[in-house]
Order: sequence, then structure tokens, then C-alpha cells
Amino acid sequence: MTLLTTVFAAIICTIIWYKNAPQNDMKVGILCWMFWGASLMWLVDAIFEYAELQAEYFTPEPADMLNDFYLGLSVVALGLVIWLVILLIKDPKGVVRTTLFRKKP
Amino acid sequence: MACFLVPVAEAVVTTVIAKAAKSRETESAGSKPGSGKGRFETENKVPFSRKLKWLSNMLWGGSALLAFEHVWHGEVVPWFPFLTAASDPAETAEMLAEMATVGVSMAVLVTAVWGVMLLVTNAMEKKALKAQPALN
Repeated sequence: MTLLTTVFAAIICTIIWYKNAPQNDMKVGILCWMFWGASLMWLVDAIFEYAELQAEYFTPEPADMLNDFYLGLSVVALGLVIWLVILLIKDPKGVVRTTLFRKKP
Repeated sequence: MACFLVPVAEAVVTTVIAKAAKSRETESAGSKPGSGKGRFETENKVPFSRKLKWLSNMLWGGSALLAFEHVWHGEVVPWFPFLTAASDPAETAEMLAEMATVGVSMAVLVTAVWGVMLLVTNAMEKKALKAQPALN
């Protein structure tokens, strides 16, 4: 479930990136790299787990599935937080700088 | 257990190489007359440092999220020795074995995917360069 959640997040982010390309004001590319990287790593994890459990891998307990989905959502949330921090620090639109250094009339 | 440490190590190496490559590219671009920032864009060639950054971004991003998963499962803790498996010799051996199998496979797969991306990008660059004289 964690792998699936991350793969879907990666696909959605890639579609958003492609739709807005070549403009990269929102730095969605960061999210794409992050989620695709994590998806590939969890794919390896899933392959090793499949090699160990065989067909049992595809029939997880509902509680385990729920926990994995919860983890997947938390991972997506963490990814979004990391992206937001990078976006605000790099501030490609200059919004943060303008707001901070705006002189009051 | 600590499989994400292998991609982290690779990420550190690729980041250092990407920085070195970028400074070398900037130097060589600056020494040529009539060249500079944006030169690569006009020639339809992506600089190697940028391509390497794709790999380091994937490795850093993936490792960060994977590290969170390890915290979730209680395998990484915020106190010394940070890895729960490191406190027991038997578990340490198991952890090292996992790093050597799962961790290395993760790094290899991410690098292999990046390699495929490089091949596709190179083909696209060649195609764009071929099409350029026809446009001019």
C-alpha cells in the first residue's frame, strides 16, 4: 500500500509538472524526483518481500494494509512539507522576499 | 533496518561530483568568447551536472522518505546509536546483510533508471541537434 500510494503521488506530480512545463515556478519537479525515487526504492523492498512471502504477499491482513496506507499518506504529507520548505526558501516568485521586506506606507 | 543508508551514501557522492562538474562547466563556459549562461539551452544540450542532479534528487528524496518509514517502524531512533539494530551484534549482522542486498539493489535500480533516462535524453539531444540546421 505504501508503494502504491507513493507511485500514485509520483504520477499525479509528474502530470502536474508536465502540464505546467517549461514553467517551473512552483518547483513541482522536486516532488516528482522525491516520489519517483521513493517508489523505486519501495519497489525493491516489495520484490524482496515477494521473494520471501511468495503469493502471500498479495493477501495482506486488513490491519496491515490500513497501517501501510496510513504510512503511505504520512509519507506523501512529509514529501509535501519538504517541497513546501524548499519552495519557500528558494522563493522563485519572490513572494516571501516581497512580503518580508515590504515597507509599510 | 537501515537499507536507506546505501542510497544516502550514493547521494552524497553524486552531489559532490555534480557540484564539481558544475563549477568545471561554468569555468569552461566562461573561458569561451560569446558563451555563458544559457549556452547549453540554445545548443539543445543538457549539461552533465544537471543530469547528475536528477540522480542525486531521486536518491536524496527517496532516502528521506524511506528514512521516515524506518522511524515509523521504530528502526531509527533519535538517540544513540540511532539504529535499533546496532545495539545487538546479531541484529547488526542482519542489518548489514540487508544493507548489502536490499540497500545495494535500491541504489542500483535508481541508478539504472537514471541511466535509461540519460540514454533517452542523449537520443533527444541528437535529434534536436540534427533538426537545428534545418530550422536555421
